[in-house]
Amino acid sequence: MTDFVNSFWEFYVGILTLASVIAMAVLLQSQSRRRVKGEQVDTTGHVWDGDLEEWNNPLPNWWRWLFYLTIVFAFGYLILFPGLGFWDGSLNWSSAGRYQKEQAHAEQTYGPLYAKYAQMPVEEVAADPAAIAIGQNLYLNYCAQCHASDARGSKGFPSLADRDWLYGGDPKVIHQTISAGRTGVMPAMGAALGGEGTRDVAHYVMSLSGLTHDSIRAARGRDKFAQTCAACHGADGRGNQMMGAPNLTDKIWLYGGSEATITETISKGRNNVMPAWKDFLGETKIHVLASYIWSLSNEPGTREAAKADVGQPESTKAEVN
Amino acid sequence: MGQRLEDIPVVQVGAADEVEQSLYEVRKKIYARAVHGWFARWRWALIWFTQILFYGLAWLPWNGRQAVLFDLAARKFYIFGYVFWPQDFIYLAGLLIISAYSLFLFTAIGGRLWCGYACPQTVYTEIFMWIERKIEGDRQRRMRLDAEPLSARKVMLKTAKHGAWIALALWTGFTFVGYFTPIRELSVHVASFDIGPWQGFWMLFYAFATYGNAGWMREQVCKYMCPYARFQGVMFDQDTMVVTYDTNRGEPRGARGRKVDARAQGLGDCVDCTMCVQVCPTGIDIRNGLQYECIGCAACIDACDQVMDKMGYARGLIRYSTSNAVANGWDFRRMVRRVFRPRVLLYSAILAAIVGATVVSLYVRVPLKVDVLRDRASLMREVEDGQLENVYRVQIMNTQEVAHRYRITVTGLESLHVASEDEIDLPASASKQVPVRLRMDGVFADKGAHKIFIQVQAIDDPGIAAVEDSVFLIR
Repeated sequence: MTDFVNSFWEFYVGILTLASVIAMAVLLQSQSRRRVKGEQVDTTGHVWDGDLEEWNNPLPNWWRWLFYLTIVFAFGYLILFPGLGFWDGSLNWSSAGRYQKEQAHAEQTYGPLYAKYAQMPVEEVAADPAAIAIGQNLYLNYCAQCHASDARGSKGFPSLADRDWLYGGDPKVIHQTISAGRTGVMPAMGAALGGEGTRDVAHYVMSLSGLTHDSIRAARGRDKFAQTCAACHGADGRGNQMMGAPNLTDKIWLYGGSEATITETISKGRNNVMPAWKDFLGETKIHVLASYIWSLSNEPGTREAAKADVGQPESTKAEVN
Repeated sequence: MGQRLEDIPVVQVGAADEVEQSLYEVRKKIYARAVHGWFARWRWALIWFTQILFYGLAWLPWNGRQAVLFDLAARKFYIFGYVFWPQDFIYLAGLLIISAYSLFLFTAIGGRLWCGYACPQTVYTEIFMWIERKIEGDRQRRMRLDAEPLSARKVMLKTAKHGAWIALALWTGFTFVGYFTPIRELSVHVASFDIGPWQGFWMLFYAFATYGNAGWMREQVCKYMCPYARFQGVMFDQDTMVVTYDTNRGEPRGARGRKVDARAQGLGDCVDCTMCVQVCPTGIDIRNGLQYECIGCAACIDACDQVMDKMGYARGLIRYSTSNAVANGWDFRRMVRRVFRPRVLLYSAILAAIVGATVVSLYVRVPLKVDVLRDRASLMREVEDGQLENVYRVQIMNTQEVAHRYRITVTGLESLHVASEDEIDLPASASKQVPVRLRMDGVFADKGAHKIFIQVQAIDDPGIAAVEDSVFLIR
């Protein structure tokens, strides 16, 4: 039960504890009487500064029994609980066991509720206000730190409230993203493209979503894009949800849509990680959470979410804009 | 101080005349005699007042709920028209400070007034002693009963007494729990023996404490458990009016016939009838002077005054007086004038200030609480049309028992406005967390952290409004 490397220490602790408790009883017994001169009962016999005497104000007898009661309590406690190193206690109590018990209790209390939702498709769960309230709580606890309280994300953390998805907005895909996490990598292209080349490609990317751009650079960048970027982002720049390559033709930017940011993204690349929650939250909670996130960009009860490119992309590819 | 160890006289104890002495005291049972008089009537008046309040208030309805209810599970305290939330903890602090300063003030003026007249220990002991007297008789008969060998009559009387005590104690425990869980529902549960484990535990525990403390422990609680007796010394001074035996007038004490001229016999006014000792609930002799056991109940004053009346002497051999007044022979007016001394004035001033502040803050209290938490991880977003956005969680608590619709507005930066839903409905006594997005025009942007003010105001009652400040980040 203990973390000691040698069982000697278990006995060291146990015997020391027992000896202390017994010593307390002996001390209490030996100190409850004293020998005094017959007539001297009003004062304790202590005199300071010539005439400052201490009155004898004894404690009541029942108070002494309270002291003994604490010793009885100590033995009772040491029998029931693991206070001695070599004895686990007859109740077999441990903090880890207590934790497991509370976990089991929580599972028993809330398990059926989550199990009920797990049987329902995401669209129906999203229509249940109680489930959405639970989902929102889960979201605020585990997701809001990065994706913000309103789920609209921030730089590097995608918005979950729009209909633009890096890996797809199908309930199954959302579930997969939460459960297994994602790793998005955009390789650094600065060396391959060169300083000017990078800027040319940046202007071409800006032109894709209709941002103000230098059309000469964009024209130059077009070919380089087709050679270097199209493999992931597609020839038309609409991205690929199979590998999490973002759509470059909408006006939604993960890291920012200014020329400087786009140039930086292309030349230095990006690395992004969404952690996996499977082991921590469990499938049933993730189901409710996925329903909540799905509900942010869909009318509950409908299934008009973007169905294009639905799949189970396990690959680790860019999710960069 | 400054003495060397060898200078301290050590009492030499010879082995021959030593005796064994226990360092613990065997408790001597106190049989307090019944007492009537001016101060006893005051105590009974306060017993009636506090106990009608305690037993009755729990049943008073208000606004369709219990008038005074401390709902620990929902973390809401209902006191008549007020609902206190955990955020109102300051009022509890205020109450405790008021209680503490009242104690200081009353103790400085009149000694242990609290102990003698209002402390639950005194109040319940008095009630329990009354029951005891009604069943077993007064002091002499009780002493005789306890000395008697066991008999059917003794068993019957003791059973009746403890039965009555336990019944009252259980009712007290029930009432106590009735302040934490609605008492009308509780009474139904009790009637059908369907009580929750914690309700049951506290009912029995409080009943046990009442029965044990007022029936069995009594003065032991005051003498050994209560810290107040131990620090009364620092709250008393030479001008504190405490229960005092007038030694100058009383001594030398002694029995005498009613017709005898005591002065001629060289006697003081004390007839040494020991009535003051017999009525004392803590079993002390007040004629030994101020003692820490004295709870200031003034039973000895009432008893002594009756004896003085019978003897035809002036009342007040034992009376509320100060050590200065007794030592210097001051009259009542002179003594009372010393009430207005710096210590008392200071206590009064602080007490008045805190009571005033608490009352004012209760009066102007707005039944709305707002907390603003800026999202920590997301700094700033650029959204469409060059707008800049920050995200906040706004916690809105409607502490009134009326539903409201609130509007959220923001000030502090040019063009700053609420971009998310800015009207929020809240039911009565409820709280809600609202994600709020604030936006401003990028053209007014100035890098850095800017202080902003988020205001939440009830649409139907503009008087209900709260402003919280936060920060808008621009980078």
